[in-house]
Amino acid sequence: MSDGHTPSEHYPGPVHGVPVHAEPGYAGLSGQVHGHVPHHPKLQHHFDDMDQQVEASTLGMWVFLVTEIMFFGGLFMAYLVYRSAQPDAFQEASAHLSIFWGGLNTAVLIFSSLTMALAVRAAQTSLPPKVQVGWIVATMFLGSVFLGVKVIEYSDKFRESIVPGPYFNAAMWTHPTGVEMFYSLYFIMTGLHALHMIIGIALMAVIAWMAWRRQFDSSYYTPVEVSGLYWHFVDIVWIFLFPLLYLIGRHYGEGH
Amino acid sequence: MEAPALNYLNNGHGAASWLLTKDHKRIALLYLASITAFFALGGFFAMMIRLELLTPAGDVTSPEMYNRMFTMHGVVMVFFFLIPSIPAVLGNFLIPIMIGAKDLAFPRINLLSWYIYVLGGLFTLVAALSGGVDTGWTFYTPYSTAAANSHVITAAVGIFITGFSSILTGLNFIVTIHRMRAPGMTWFRLPLFVWAHYATSLIMILGTPVIAITILMVAAERALHLGIFDPALGGDPVLFQHLFWFYSHPAVYIMILPAMGVISEVVQAFSRKNIFGYSFIAFSSLAIAVIGFLVWGHHLFVAGQSTYAGLVFSVLSFMVAVPSAIKVFNWTATIYKGSVSLDSPMLYAFGFLGLFTIGGLTGLFLGAMGLDIHVHDTYFVVAHFHYIMVGGAIMGYLGGLHYWWPKISGRLYSEPWAKLSAVIVFVGFNLTFFPQFIAGYIGMPRRYHVYPPEFQVLNVLSSAGASVLAVGYVLPLIYLTYSIFAGAKSPADPWGAKGLEWEIPSPPPTENFGITPIVTHGTHQYAPRIEKKEVGVV
Amino acid sequence: MPTNFPLFPQQASAQAGQVDAIYFFMVAVTAFFALLIAGLIVFFSVRFRRRHRDEIGVPIHGSLALELLWTFVPFVIAMGMFGWGAKVFFDLYRVPAGAMEIFVVGKQWMWKVQHMGGQREINELHVPIGRPVKLIMGSEDVIHSFYIPAFRVKADVIPGRYNTLWFEATKPGTYHLFCAEYCGTKHSGMIGSVVAMEPAQYQAWLDGGPADGTPVDAGAKLFQDLACHTCHQQDSQGRGPVLTNLFGSQVQLQGGRTVVADEAYIRESIVNPQAMVKAGFQPLMPTFQGLVTEEQLLQLISYVRSLSDAGAAPGAGTAAPTQPQDRSTLENKR
Repeated sequence: MSDGHTPSEHYPGPVHGVPVHAEPGYAGLSGQVHGHVPHHPKLQHHFDDMDQQVEASTLGMWVFLVTEIMFFGGLFMAYLVYRSAQPDAFQEASAHLSIFWGGLNTAVLIFSSLTMALAVRAAQTSLPPKVQVGWIVATMFLGSVFLGVKVIEYSDKFRESIVPGPYFNAAMWTHPTGVEMFYSLYFIMTGLHALHMIIGIALMAVIAWMAWRRQFDSSYYTPVEVSGLYWHFVDIVWIFLFPLLYLIGRHYGEGH
Repeated sequence: MEAPALNYLNNGHGAASWLLTKDHKRIALLYLASITAFFALGGFFAMMIRLELLTPAGDVTSPEMYNRMFTMHGVVMVFFFLIPSIPAVLGNFLIPIMIGAKDLAFPRINLLSWYIYVLGGLFTLVAALSGGVDTGWTFYTPYSTAAANSHVITAAVGIFITGFSSILTGLNFIVTIHRMRAPGMTWFRLPLFVWAHYATSLIMILGTPVIAITILMVAAERALHLGIFDPALGGDPVLFQHLFWFYSHPAVYIMILPAMGVISEVVQAFSRKNIFGYSFIAFSSLAIAVIGFLVWGHHLFVAGQSTYAGLVFSVLSFMVAVPSAIKVFNWTATIYKGSVSLDSPMLYAFGFLGLFTIGGLTGLFLGAMGLDIHVHDTYFVVAHFHYIMVGGAIMGYLGGLHYWWPKISGRLYSEPWAKLSAVIVFVGFNLTFFPQFIAGYIGMPRRYHVYPPEFQVLNVLSSAGASVLAVGYVLPLIYLTYSIFAGAKSPADPWGAKGLEWEIPSPPPTENFGITPIVTHGTHQYAPRIEKKEVGVV
Repeated sequence: MPTNFPLFPQQASAQAGQVDAIYFFMVAVTAFFALLIAGLIVFFSVRFRRRHRDEIGVPIHGSLALELLWTFVPFVIAMGMFGWGAKVFFDLYRVPAGAMEIFVVGKQWMWKVQHMGGQREINELHVPIGRPVKLIMGSEDVIHSFYIPAFRVKADVIPGRYNTLWFEATKPGTYHLFCAEYCGTKHSGMIGSVVAMEPAQYQAWLDGGPADGTPVDAGAKLFQDLACHTCHQQDSQGRGPVLTNLFGSQVQLQGGRTVVADEAYIRESIVNPQAMVKAGFQPLMPTFQGLVTEEQLLQLISYVRSLSDAGAAPGAGTAAPTQPQDRSTLENKR
């Protein structure tokens, strides 16, 4: 039956003498012998097998992304409340954002999600490490372009004193208080998003290094997949931010 | 026969083996040490409050100091004691064992979440030591963003950081319960303690991020003069309240659901009987988690929120009471025709049942809109939430700590002292907080440093009770610690209880199970079963 | 003096009895269930105590009938309490027609009361019995809360908006007034008294004390001093909308929305004029944020109100109001 490592041989029954069945019953001891079955080098030992590890890792990332949705959600809520209270002010403020730069960033991020997906696919199909690293680095590059554009946009705002706080130039606006509120939210929302981008790029650097060290192939590419999920999420947040912040009341043909 | 010499406690010595451990059981003990320290800190602030409130005049501390005391009491107790306590100590220790796994899904993230907790705690300690915060643990704007003259940003950062500890713990539990159950451990064979933590984890991951972003906005507004909640900029101070309570109401279910899980286990073990109404209790836990997200506006009845919104929040607040009622009846029914033994964990469980019933029902007073007008922001509220948090959650925590202490430490504590402490806690608790219901209804507002003389008798009773309660809390610290060094060694199953955790040695080996168990039925089955002879199942 | 041991405050308002009724009902229900559970636990622990070491309990898995019973019964009780509580709330918040109005401004750490007849008080509120009194309340700084336990009424006082509460005092006497929302250092010092008087005594009090000008007079003066009249003229020649008969009417805003011109609208138009610009007008009005105090805002509002037939503030003295008006829908808008 079960081998000699049954816990029943190692402890007496309970103090009160209630019989505890030591034979198969509850959680028996007729379990599977672990021994040291050969396994993938990346299997962590608290998991039974790679499948369980992959499933746990992916579920873990999805759960984390749900928390991120709730995190940004609070800001979106504040934005919605204030926008419905002061629609004219928000429209005026939004018109001062550059559709060109915002649109460019949107395209850049969408494209970076493509390169990310290709990176995951490269690992998944055991393409050479050079190819994997190439797609990952492309993703990093596009992410950096995004951040560079944000630097340009932010510095434009600073130069024009469109920054909430003591240096806000109220005189240039019809609705100064509402515009200042818009830009408070704008900076917090896009700033938080940019912080997530920075973390994403750092994450990609780690993944690129691991790919370079030949750690990913079709039998093990979970880190790439899971980082890809994160990257796509950061992209999707921008897909929501862009129309909400940049496109209020815009009509086709209006531009900046 | 002795328990095997090698167990998780002696498997590796030295600071590094503890501070860099990946073993969920050691991490549970790291949490135990830190939350006990924070509980002592929060308790110190409580003693100062009760000392001041012995007399109507403000003769112990200055108003500024008093305001910081009650704020820090709330912040420390809520964020650094109650929210982590049962999940981070008992949950961490027991969940993998109860489901037949070797560890949580993400052991390193488990350790990280302890470090994050400690880091957040350090920020808050710095805030406390540099003079404290005086906004109340609720940080209402615009006082917290514009007017408060205290270390709001430091405390806010501390709370922000600690929130991630909670999020990661919840994430870990969810993935573990979904993916790491042993063969045969179906959802409906899970111990109710695990169900309770699953429901709690749902709240942790969905609610905590919202408080994180809200407190971040408060810090940003204060530091950078962004006017999110500032009326002068068209901001709405009540928006802060909505965002704050969207998390902080579900947070109270984070604090109580795990305690309910403990009670489920203890009541079964000390009646030697399976729970009455297993699936009702399991589903009630989920119902509380879900409905709990929909009631936050009951904190805003007098804030000028729309009456119709108030109606919705009120009716849902009444609905969320029903699953709790179901649980109380099921626990009571479990004792019926059981074989009842009044060991100390069971005394705590009984205390919970009585005090949680009162605490929960007094919540309904607050959910009744017309009545809430009178009692909102009075000591009635303070009494209500202490009945739930202290009479409920802390009794659950102590009961669980005692129940599983032999498993965790491998030692038996002194049962007579434990019984005495349980009684002292119960008596001290009621003396402290029952008078506060009366004081609140007569009209004593909360967060008052000085008060009119007619409230003094009730306050003196309350402070007397607090001294008794303090004794009740110090005693376990002494005898539990003593048992580690001089207690009798515990067998695997000192209580005659049923569960995976009682089938492994006390203390358990690091990997919990030598071989992965195969589960054939649910927990707490005490009656002999007629089962097929299972031969050769390997 | 702590000689008597009250379990509830005096019932000094018409509403207090209602609130106490639901309270006592809920106390009874709580006591019933607490004693029931405690009693069952004690009884079961004794009756089913473990008699020998190896004894186990009887395996009972559940009973659908019992589950339904103790789901349904608590649900019904809960819904009953909800409905009752909601009804009491409506009564407490729906201001009856003809209520006498008083302005209250909360600031760290005092209450400033302004009667329509010009009387001002600090930390005290004199009211007549037998007459509904409506308080219109604003805050100068942080959130406070105006609480009169004997009347069972409370409302938060929030900067940037007006909240109202009403009561009808029934018993002459002096009652506690507390600030019930933590507001900083002297929160527990922000207390005072509400003095309810027989109508004759109240009239005597009104006549006896020094009265500054009424809020309407003060508002009229501010209207001139702040040069509001240069844009808001009597005819439609001004750059700003005519204010005669504005109060209480529907206003069409730029962008299509329609709002009611109530106290909140007037206040917003003074401190944040661009937020709700009337349709057909340019957003030219400068903001007076920081240039007028909350009290001055209330005075300006009183003045604008007085320009409407429907707006004569009820409550100057104990005379009957000139035009009863149910503004409960306005007050409950928020």
